[in-house]
Amino acid sequence: MDKDIKQLKVSAIKNGTVIDHIPAKNLFKVINILGLNRIDNQITFGTNLESKQLGIKAIVKISDKFFVDDEINRIALAAPQAKLNIIRNYKVEEKKKVIVPDEFTGIVKCVNPKCITNNDLVKPKFRVISKKDVSLKCHYCEKITDQEHMVFI
Amino acid sequence: MKNKNLISINDYSKEEMLRVLDLAEEFEKNPTQAILNGKVIATLFFEPSTRTRLSFESAVNRLGGKIIGFSDSSSSSATKGESLKDTIKTVSNYSDLIVMRHPIEGSARYASEVATVPVINAGDGANQHPTQTLLDLYSIRKTQDTLDNLNLFIVGDLKYGRTVHSLLMAMALFNATYYFISPKELSIPQEYKMFLDHLGLKYYEHTDFKDIISEADIMYVTRVQKERFSDPIEYEKTKNAYVLRNRMLQNTKSNLKILHPLPRVNEINTDVDDNAKAYYFTQALNGVYTRQAIISLILGLKN
Repeated sequence: MDKDIKQLKVSAIKNGTVIDHIPAKNLFKVINILGLNRIDNQITFGTNLESKQLGIKAIVKISDKFFVDDEINRIALAAPQAKLNIIRNYKVEEKKKVIVPDEFTGIVKCVNPKCITNNDLVKPKFRVISKKDVSLKCHYCEKITDQEHMVFI
Repeated sequence: MKNKNLISINDYSKEEMLRVLDLAEEFEKNPTQAILNGKVIATLFFEPSTRTRLSFESAVNRLGGKIIGFSDSSSSSATKGESLKDTIKTVSNYSDLIVMRHPIEGSARYASEVATVPVINAGDGANQHPTQTLLDLYSIRKTQDTLDNLNLFIVGDLKYGRTVHSLLMAMALFNATYYFISPKELSIPQEYKMFLDHLGLKYYEHTDFKDIISEADIMYVTRVQKERFSDPIEYEKTKNAYVLRNRMLQNTKSNLKILHPLPRVNEINTDVDDNAKAYYFTQALNGVYTRQAIISLILGLKN
């Protein structure tokens, strides 16, 4: 019964990707990171849904879109517990978890206002030093940006 | 180490650091050699630093190299709005090696990525100043005959001092025991304590060194700047606790040496200068030998 009600909250898709277990407060960050605001696919999303794991969560369903792992792992910083369902013909064909990368460029700003990436046309670049409560070391100024201070570009 | 940039002290392994120190020792014995004949070294100082720049230039001159560059960004095209990338690309065409000081943190790493010649970081804001760390190591080894298992006292501004942070990291390779002495407002940041905890190295935090100074092998004094304090009354109350005076050195170890990255203001009283334990001026001289070693290794003139 419960399961049916949940399905009604965000309608099912025929083919595409469902991203579940996004922290509700980071939904729009995830949308931005994946560039969902710039594509023509049908997208439905629900937010402030109840979640045992996260308290409140958000969910995004993107029709006819299949991400490559590199693309999807970019959201690891905003939604480290996110789970992906790959849907084909209304059926879950594959389940995936996001993987926090070891290094990446862009996505977030360095917390240090005196860092070159905040003062020149230099893209931020980080090494991930903790994957649990994601924390990042700037490749340039070597300062640490923790989850609490992450500002997504 | 040929063509290897020196941006952060973490760029060098323990073996590479020791290689620099060994070679610096050779240069100390024979500081004037014409090995840089025909080489052009660019010293780009986007913010003034008399000591570091002159030390690099002295190192190059004694080895017969030529210097181009500027000592202040007002005499560079940066004032015309030229980007750092363009300046570095251009200067790469004119030189065999770039030595750069810049107020923006991470600028040296970025410069090394756009330059076509090696880059030595001579200070990028509050981030790194690796040649200072290597000359500090040289001074410590020279005065103690070892780098291992020493009691390292670090006094003053431990929060913002970049020389302090780099020295702490480097000495962790040699099983140092740390004594951090600072006002509460300028105490050593948590991330460095976590770093030492992780390695299982011992450290102690104090707000005064009077009762413990007899334990010190090396006392590394840094400047406590008034502008770092949010409360000027707090500064007035604490400033005298961090001034080293000659009489305080009475019951200290015979091998104790006092180091300071300079410039000194008043944190070491001038009555210490004539004490045989004062080492800061020789430390500055060691900077020339250390930089000669670093430059000749990076240019592949020594290996």
